[in-house]
Amino acid sequence: MSAISISGLNKHYARVHALHDIDLTVERGEFFGLLGPNGAGKSTLINIVAGLTRFDTGHVAVLGHDVVTAYRQTRRLIGVVPQELAYDPFFNVREVLRIQSGYFGLHKNDAWIDELLAALMLTEKAGANMRALSGGMKRRVMIAQALVHRPEVVVLDEPTAGVDVELRKSLWAFIRRLHREGHTIVLTTHYLEEAEALCDRIAILNHGKLIALDTKQALLMRGIGHTRRVCITTEQPLGRLPETLEKKVRRQEGNQLELRLDKSTDSVMAVLDALRAHGAVITDLNMEGADLEDVFVELTQTQKV
Amino acid sequence: MNLIGLYTLFCKEVLRFGKVLLQTLIAPVITALLYLLVFGHVFEGRVQAFPGVSYTMFLIPGLVMMSVIQNAFANSSSSLIQSKVTGNIVFMMLTPLSHLEFFLAFVLAAVVRGILVGVGVYLVALVFTAVPIKHPGFILLFMFLGSATLGAIGVIAGIWAEKFDQLAGFQNFIILPLSFLSGVFYSIHSLPEFWQRLSHFNPFFYMIDGFRYGFFGVSDTAPSVSLAIVTLFLVVLSGITLVLLKTGYKLRD
Repeated sequence: MSAISISGLNKHYARVHALHDIDLTVERGEFFGLLGPNGAGKSTLINIVAGLTRFDTGHVAVLGHDVVTAYRQTRRLIGVVPQELAYDPFFNVREVLRIQSGYFGLHKNDAWIDELLAALMLTEKAGANMRALSGGMKRRVMIAQALVHRPEVVVLDEPTAGVDVELRKSLWAFIRRLHREGHTIVLTTHYLEEAEALCDRIAILNHGKLIALDTKQALLMRGIGHTRRVCITTEQPLGRLPETLEKKVRRQEGNQLELRLDKSTDSVMAVLDALRAHGAVITDLNMEGADLEDVFVELTQTQKV
Repeated sequence: MNLIGLYTLFCKEVLRFGKVLLQTLIAPVITALLYLLVFGHVFEGRVQAFPGVSYTMFLIPGLVMMSVIQNAFANSSSSLIQSKVTGNIVFMMLTPLSHLEFFLAFVLAAVVRGILVGVGVYLVALVFTAVPIKHPGFILLFMFLGSATLGAIGVIAGIWAEKFDQLAGFQNFIILPLSFLSGVFYSIHSLPEFWQRLSHFNPFFYMIDGFRYGFFGVSDTAPSVSLAIVTLFLVVLSGITLVLLKTGYKLRD
């Protein structure tokens, strides 16, 4: 039985066709990534699985239970960390977690709440009002809220959006731990680095369409076939680049320049010549294969064409 | 039925208003007290709605019921709009709570607040004059029906409104005029015939008239008629609210 199965899913918002005929299966125990640019339909898809959004046609099930007709079962089996930072300003952290447990029919859940607080480094804040917490702490409380009922499937909608590097690393460690403990993890993100570091299998959505669904390795192989990354260090920081190179820039910071080149049409030598002609003195050069970002850009740009 | 879930949401809603008692309980009692002072002072001895009943005595049940109505509405509507605006409603929507459990929790919490405010207004009003209680059963029944009805309307308004401004409009242009023009401050028999007839289309009139019957044993309309109309109103509004919740209107778009 699959953790999540979606077939023929369509969703419209007024005249916008938000999701087009989505067919997708997440297996039990998987670490699954759902990628796409803003507005691609990731959150809509997640919200439909969570029962937060209605859909037009199709079938969505969590561990074999239909999310519409058997919503009580599916909501007990799934824990969702929403994307937007939200909290109830009337209550403290422990009260929030007790209330959330109660909604799921759990009357005495303090032992598990204490474990969650410890795991998410919130024990000292258990008595603090939600308003008094930092943004990072509020996000950790949201993760605890999603886990109070010990769901088998955990869905995190952009969990590290807007958090600092340290917190991102600690959240990654926590999510990995959940996965090791047997939870199925579904992660939506637009940080490709995050999907690359964590996920086994990845789906890419663009304009409401599923444009790729494969293992991380297979997707990277697709990218390697077409693009290469060239990292160039120059003696002095580079200013504005020649127009021909600007389109190929992946990152530019100080005297570091990272370009994405198409293997079949772009010559590394031509790029270096263009930079020299621009007055740059090149001190180091490094070439690497594609990463998920390249695959993502390639796939989403193909869609635009 | 997820009884623990229902009980939790109910307790959360009661705790929510319990944490801001100054605003949710004390302020409405003070407001009602001011009405009593001003209107009682101006009209005492000049207006007699029912034989043997002074104006201040007449006014008290009306003010109690008006407070019940307004606060029951405020409880469910403001809680919902706050949850929607701050986004924390998502934590209720993600749970296995059914639309019926959601409805019952919000309405019952509104009933608790409405009745607490009503009792508060009544106790404070006793300082001014004693009010007889002829039919306590009617008093409790109309208090419950009135607060439950307004709790349900509050849920509808909370679901419909997308910002505080819209909710304020609902409160100021629907709830407030209907409660003011329902016979709180006067007997409708003192009105010209046209306005008397119009008052019979105001469901809040029946809540206040039936409630007042519980105190004095006299009313503008037969209490059984008031009871039937208020009950029907509650049933219809509950039905509408449950349909909105079941379809996820503006909550699960």
